Amino acid sequence: MNSSIRRWFSRFRFWQFVVLVAVLLAFTVILVFPLFSLFSKAFLNNAGEFAGFDNYSKYFSTPSLSASIKNTLDIALWSTLFSGVLGFLYAFALARTRIRWKTFFKYTAMIPIFIPTVVHALGLVYMFGRQGVLTRAGLFPFELYGRLGIIISEAIFTFPQAFLMFFVALEFADGRLYEAADSMGASPLEKLTRITLPEIKYTIINAFFVCFTLAFTDFGAPKVIGGSFNVLATDIYKQVAGQFNFNMGAVVGTLLLIPALASFTVDRLVSSKNSGTISAKATKLMIAKSIKRDAFFFCLCSLVTAFFLFLIAMLFVGGLSEHYPYNLSLTLKNFLFNRSAGGVDSYFNSLKMAFLSAAFGTAFVFVYAYMMEKINGFGALRKYGKLLSVLPLALPGMVIGISFIFFFNDRGNPLNFIYGTIAILVVSNILHYFSVPFFTASGCLKKLDKEYESVASSMNVPQWKTFLRVSVPLSLPAILEIFMYLFVNAMVTVSAVVFLYNAKFKIAAVAIIHMEEAGNFGQAAAMSLLILAINVLVRILYEAAIKIIKEKRL
Amino acid sequence: MPFLEIINIVKKFDKQIALSDISVEIEKGELVCILGPSGCGKTTLLRIIAGLETANSGQIFIDGVDATFLPAAKRNFGIVFQSYALFPNMTVIGNVLFGLRQKKWMAKSDMHTKACEALRLVDLFEHKDKFPRQLSGGMQQRTALARAVALSPSFLLLDEPLSALDAKVRQKLRGEIRAIQRSLGITTVMVTHDQEEALTMADRIVVMNNAVVEQIGTPREIYNHPTNPFVANFIGTMNFYQHDGQTCAIRPENIVITNRKSHYDFAAHVKALEFKGPMTRVHGTLPDMSEVCMDISSEAASEMRLNENGTVFLKMPQENLINYANTAV
Ligand SMILES: Nc1ncnc2c1ncn2[C@@H]1O[C@H](COP(=O)(O)OP(=O)(O)OP(=O)(O)O)[C@@H](O)[C@H]1O
Ligand SMILES: [Mg+2]
Repeated sequence: MNSSIRRWFSRFRFWQFVVLVAVLLAFTVILVFPLFSLFSKAFLNNAGEFAGFDNYSKYFSTPSLSASIKNTLDIALWSTLFSGVLGFLYAFALARTRIRWKTFFKYTAMIPIFIPTVVHALGLVYMFGRQGVLTRAGLFPFELYGRLGIIISEAIFTFPQAFLMFFVALEFADGRLYEAADSMGASPLEKLTRITLPEIKYTIINAFFVCFTLAFTDFGAPKVIGGSFNVLATDIYKQVAGQFNFNMGAVVGTLLLIPALASFTVDRLVSSKNSGTISAKATKLMIAKSIKRDAFFFCLCSLVTAFFLFLIAMLFVGGLSEHYPYNLSLTLKNFLFNRSAGGVDSYFNSLKMAFLSAAFGTAFVFVYAYMMEKINGFGALRKYGKLLSVLPLALPGMVIGISFIFFFNDRGNPLNFIYGTIAILVVSNILHYFSVPFFTASGCLKKLDKEYESVASSMNVPQWKTFLRVSVPLSLPAILEIFMYLFVNAMVTVSAVVFLYNAKFKIAAVAIIHMEEAGNFGQAAAMSLLILAINVLVRILYEAAIKIIKEKRL
Repeated sequence: MPFLEIINIVKKFDKQIALSDISVEIEKGELVCILGPSGCGKTTLLRIIAGLETANSGQIFIDGVDATFLPAAKRNFGIVFQSYALFPNMTVIGNVLFGLRQKKWMAKSDMHTKACEALRLVDLFEHKDKFPRQLSGGMQQRTALARAVALSPSFLLLDEPLSALDAKVRQKLRGEIRAIQRSLGITTVMVTHDQEEALTMADRIVVMNNAVVEQIGTPREIYNHPTNPFVANFIGTMNFYQHDGQTCAIRPENIVITNRKSHYDFAAHVKALEFKGPMTRVHGTLPDMSEVCMDISSEAASEMRLNENGTVFLKMPQENLINYANTAV
């Protein structure tokens, strides 16, 4: 045989190739193909003929539709502003002051993550709605339903994201800069504007885009609390689920991609210049004593926390009372859900779906990351895989939902059989929440000694065995984190699955919407409590497991 | 016939050449050190011998068999990396057994016996149930060695096995590794950038620089007869000076120093004296201002009452002089 061919063959690892191609193919089928269907639908008319930009011009010339764009921009901007500023201040309080109860505040800031956005809206209704506690006390003379309600809901929804991003950025500080500033007699405000803000300017940009995109594309809150205030996400739902106008739905879907695309572009422009990492010589920042500062930030954190706790408390009040606000006697009858909204089955369906999404998703994400990080060769395929791995970040759930309809509901598609089953829900969740776990997994694998595989292959141990006996056990904390992340998100997500669930297989987060629409606020609150309970439980189990692992390894 | 034959190996990474036309022959049972500055391609060469990397061209023969296209798993070698790459989730004996368990035809008890044998060899038997993080650096290193030899490989590859350890432990382990290697009679290739390690441990040394082999020889040959200025300079200390249009080289300990003006080749100005215990190093400058350094016994130095800023007279014995064609050093 020709020597260069033999050389190629000797480098060719057949099973690596098979696994790599399999995961990439699977991901291509669930990511690229549906997106392709979405775009092609946007440029076709109802009869399936090529329509160019006709759909778009029709969209923009329909005032009721194009008004949604303005509305969506409006609420996304305001809610981002609120959650960004609050998230920054809250993070600053935890990272750069000496207030007490930091751990407590850190956990309470995450509360919104554990419940669906529809529940934020529900809590608001209990607080500020027409029969809300605060409204009845005369403390809230505004109309909640509509613009205001959406803005507050989205601000709650995006607050934890903003907080976490700012917290990570603020936690790392180069103490030398602040010492130098102190020695020059700089005022706190000068230090903030001259050192702190410039240091985290990329985080500010990123946090802005992350929160903006989330608020721009969220479906749950506007659906429940939006009233007649239309946004893109509710439009898309009406077009597709109400009027079966798939082409117009596709047009709106493509519009939903715009903020994420803008954020990618800006990120590219910014990150090429962003090399301002902290040098190894950085010293730890000594936080000066300041009673006035700490008092201010302690009050701020307490207020935010109190607000979240109040919101949760209202769920308890609503869920456990006979008929809020008229009869507040304690009852469990709200947990006997009406069959019409899916009953208690919808909760068990959600658990099943979340568990399957987490189990299959964790396996898929980890193998995918392993194929990107721990094999040699196949440069082009791996580059393609890395490119795909960040794409889901740009995909709002609504877009995933409708493109899955377009792609999987096509009779000609051999994968049509998963349409309407739990499988398509699981697949959409894995795709929707792929990227963050992928970064977790590949970051963890990068830290493992890259010679484990070399040593093992010198001992004639097959790579799958090294994978199972070494890489997986050593990555256990990351694996648990991924599992928890996928589970919690699958429990709370509405946007993708609202298009894909089957009437015979209702899920809890969607059931809450239906209960609210039917005016069953008590049941909606009860269901929210069940979702919150399982998510908090999963989180506690996760923390306990991590603690055990850490103790064993010390 | 040599046990390992490396023939005209070329390896490129993108456009950078990591190895250009490397040929080395290694005899059965010898310990060969690959020595060279950082980035010269030592690790790359080792990985190609192991089959963990594929060369762009060239051939590898192991025990007379063409192994160029053989995957690592089929080459039957043991390997120790600088990081040791011990599996932190397995005990010491678990690490050693990890490879042994692959030998499906072996009885469980035999595997265990073999693992224990290997651990006794490196004197770690009492620690066999500890986890790597409970061991000192030297013990981790020995665990990695035990794991590498437990499968009775036909040769051993060591990539800077001692460089993560502190000086004392390193000294001790040099002797131990050499003793184990001798007792097993196992052909060993060891990469290092520490010349002392190479000189004390190796049967033969391969000196590399910038992707090429500069010289191959026994430690004595390399030290006493470096074939080019790079090797001369890289191993030990070497003085260079120009004489009759030639570059001459001489080791510090071979220069004869006297106070007397008779029979000398050069007068040198003493810049600094460096007391090193039994020896004293004399740093000086020659009349043409080139630097020179000389080693004399500390006793002789005090007898001669050497002092800084004084003048001494040097003789360069002909038998110790090395001449190079006039190349810039
Ligand atoms: N996987 C790789 N991809 C690209 N370049 C590489 C790769 N591995 C090594 N190189 C380059 O090849 C050259 C030789 O590397 P090698 O690791 O063999 O050096 P070395 O002699 O072992 O150095 P050191 O003493 O620092 O370990 C270096 O310049 C290195 O940057
Ligand atoms: Mg190296």
